[in-house]
Amino acid sequence: MPQIAQVAETFSSQLFWLLVFFGFTFFVVGRGMVPRVMETVSLRDKQISDDLAAAQSARDRADAEEEAWRERENANRAAAHELIAKAKADAAAQSGLKLAEAQERLDTQLADAEERIDAARTEAMAEVEAVASDAAQDIVRRLAGVEVSRPVATQAVKESLAHG
Amino acid sequence: MRQFTIEPLGGTAGWEVAGYNIAFTNSALWMLITTVLLFAFVALGMKRELVPGRWQMMVESFTGFIDDMLEANIGKAGRKYVPYVFSLFMFILFANLLGLMPLGLVGVHPFTFTSHFTVTGILAVISFSIVLGVGFWKHGFKFLGLFVPHGTPWPMIPFIAPIEFISFMVRPFSLALRLFVAMMAGHILLEVLSSFVIGGGNSGFGFGLLVGLPSFILMIGICALELLVAGIQAYVFALLTALYINDAENLH
Repeated sequence: MPQIAQVAETFSSQLFWLLVFFGFTFFVVGRGMVPRVMETVSLRDKQISDDLAAAQSARDRADAEEEAWRERENANRAAAHELIAKAKADAAAQSGLKLAEAQERLDTQLADAEERIDAARTEAMAEVEAVASDAAQDIVRRLAGVEVSRPVATQAVKESLAHG
Repeated sequence: MRQFTIEPLGGTAGWEVAGYNIAFTNSALWMLITTVLLFAFVALGMKRELVPGRWQMMVESFTGFIDDMLEANIGKAGRKYVPYVFSLFMFILFANLLGLMPLGLVGVHPFTFTSHFTVTGILAVISFSIVLGVGFWKHGFKFLGLFVPHGTPWPMIPFIAPIEFISFMVRPFSLALRLFVAMMAGHILLEVLSSFVIGGGNSGFGFGLLVGLPSFILMIGICALELLVAGIQAYVFALLTALYINDAENLH
């Protein structure tokens, strides 16, 4: 086994060159380059976490803004509702007033019209009576040859009209 | 066994520092290749873009993996060990994987230096020294309380403490031997099976079909397994280092 057979003659050379090359690896690669590689990694990690935190805060801000907007919107809506309700009530009151006015006008018109109708009916009735009396006088004279005076004919017509 | 032999390259056999031989061997060459590839791998992931590309993502997932492991095992204090554990893990991982590359096809024979206990031993000793250093620097002599588990009744202390001490001192050996043995065993297994393939093929068609082909199919499976082992052993080395550092960092 050369490892054992050569140990005495090669040990110093192995030690020397291992220290040279491993020393170079340790001081140049290990202490010089590795910390900078790790620094890059931690820098990147930091940037990522910073970005995440920024995104989170932006999101929180957006949420708060949305909340505020919602509140404002709700207030606006409530105000609008109130306005509409008020306008509705006003309109209802006004229309009620107008309706009442119109009703009154209609009532008077109706009353007038009824009065007129009554008058017309009375008048017509009187005319019908007169015509009927004339007719009755005429009929009696022609049929019975009896001359009936006007008041008597009228009286008879009135009686018969009243009895239907 | 020849694949584990260390050979000085191109006339460097005589290089010496203070009387010690420091020949630039094939082992050192593969350490150099590992270091260069690891450097290039991490350098390509250094674009530092906000949205990572493929390479950057890969490097970042490795650093994140080590970072998570240390944080899970040690806690927040574990972050300062990321450079060391990352270097350790990636160095071993690249070495293990490079040793498995089929570069023999183009005439280059990869050398797995993690299959040498000199190398794994040195790495284990470095990890162990860090544990000791952190422990004594942070807790002073209270660190010796590590040998007395929490809630031990006092009459038991003279018996428990030596056992704990021994198990503590065994750690660097188990750390070093585990990686060394796993890497060497895998390579030897592949070597043995490939000798079956070649030997079976050379002894004629029948033997080739009977011995060579099943061995070859088995080799394919074991190659996949070895790739897994390369990753797992690097992970285990790093994980155990993290656990030992945890003992020192957070004394029970």
